[in-house]
Amino acid sequence: MFDDFFIRALVAGLGVAFVTGPLGCFVIWRRLSYFGDTLAHSALLGVTIAYSLEFNIALSVFIISSLIALILVQLQNRTNLPGDALLGLLAHSSLAVGLVVIGFLTFIRFDVMGLLFGDILAVTVDDLYIIWIGGALILLVLRLIWKGLFASTVNYELAEAEGLNPDRAKAIFTILMAAIIAISIKMVGLLLITGMLIIPAAMARNISDSPQKMIIYSIIGGLLSVIIGLFSSLEFNTPSGPSIIAAALFLFVISLFKIKQTIKLKN
Amino acid sequence: MSSNNNVLVKMNNAGYRHNNKWLVQGVSLSVERGKIVTLIGPNGSGKSTTAKIALGILKKIDGHVEKYTNKIGYVPQKISVDWTLPLRVYDFMILTENLDEKTIDEALSLTGVIHLKDKNLGNLSGGEFQRVLLARAISKKPELLVLDEPVQGVDFTGEIALYELIKKISDELNCGILLISHDLHTVMSATDHVVCLNGHVCCSGTPMDVAKNTEYKALFGEQASQILTRYEHKHDHVHTIEGEIKKN
Repeated sequence: MFDDFFIRALVAGLGVAFVTGPLGCFVIWRRLSYFGDTLAHSALLGVTIAYSLEFNIALSVFIISSLIALILVQLQNRTNLPGDALLGLLAHSSLAVGLVVIGFLTFIRFDVMGLLFGDILAVTVDDLYIIWIGGALILLVLRLIWKGLFASTVNYELAEAEGLNPDRAKAIFTILMAAIIAISIKMVGLLLITGMLIIPAAMARNISDSPQKMIIYSIIGGLLSVIIGLFSSLEFNTPSGPSIIAAALFLFVISLFKIKQTIKLKN
Repeated sequence: MSSNNNVLVKMNNAGYRHNNKWLVQGVSLSVERGKIVTLIGPNGSGKSTTAKIALGILKKIDGHVEKYTNKIGYVPQKISVDWTLPLRVYDFMILTENLDEKTIDEALSLTGVIHLKDKNLGNLSGGEFQRVLLARAISKKPELLVLDEPVQGVDFTGEIALYELIKKISDELNCGILLISHDLHTVMSATDHVVCLNGHVCCSGTPMDVAKNTEYKALFGEQASQILTRYEHKHDHVHTIEGEIKKN
């Protein structure tokens, strides 16, 4: 069944969407879009290291992204630079270092476009295992830290005062972010992973009135984006990542119209 | 201060410094089961900071603080909820602990906002939101309640009713309450122990003790002192500054 590259891509994409749905909501709620971008940019360095050391790509990306997150925390504590400047610094320097390393690895043929924008042809059966098992683990951990993470997203002081240990939840969430980037990089490409996280969640925000609903709609939006995106990618021979993100944007635009209609009805 | 198993939180010479400026220092107090301890003091005197030290929200503190309970309900003075989150009153009620519908309804009814249960939190008025905050804090039947200006923005009749409710809860749940209030009338009618802050503890004791304290008079003026002494008739004895008890 997984012999066909398209089926593999579809199964992989749907697995990714199940995880990016809930994580994306937290990225929006906690205003972490640029943080996600930074981790994703650093993923290129992870990929090049994986190639040069003949190491598992997902694992290598996970380690490098976690490391970048750790460096960010250290820089925040040691400098007076604002958070967005530090994020930009880390995002672009890790991307640059990654590209420089690629320049040195002349003996390996790199599909840079595939890395940046995703490549459905590159998805192997092993990747499916990584996505579905890794994805299930991410969701399980998210479920475990849910209470503390959600409460501190609403109000840090309440969460801390009432014993929910928000700092621990935040640290674990950062690791989950690195993990989702690691497992979805082949599908969406590192430049577009943040889009996969925030666009379905943004669409869901437009049509939800409770956090649970927003997460469910975000997952549904992600699944639809993958299906629409991949089929049109096959049809029009476009790269998979941009096609999925364009489909997500399409859903987002529709959600805007729905809001306008209900407002009109109320008036 | 005797340490017994009724103590819920105990601060010993605690203080907090931010940007090399002391927000509050040298605070020692303890909150016991069934007792209401009230912090009073002018703006910027460190009342909220003291509450945050007691709750463990502020980390790098001076001195010691020990919490003997984890069942805590907190009503912060300022709460900035991010409205990128679609949050109904119901979702907010179960924020830190899962509660059944009946418990949630009871708490919301007690503070008079049951009709807002399915409303979006962002659409509430200041007073309504304050009532929801208080309902949330009491709904989990905490052992320690920390209330930082819990009735700000609430209408006049509601204010009295809510203070009565707080007193009732303290009796029913036998929980300890750390209260921050500007309303000296209320403070004096319900409080067991008053701590008057002005960057440090300027005086503390029973409401009557504090009322007679000269530092308190200097801080709040003669009028405030009269408010306190008006409650004198409720007691059959007074405490002198020296700690003696005099029968009226």
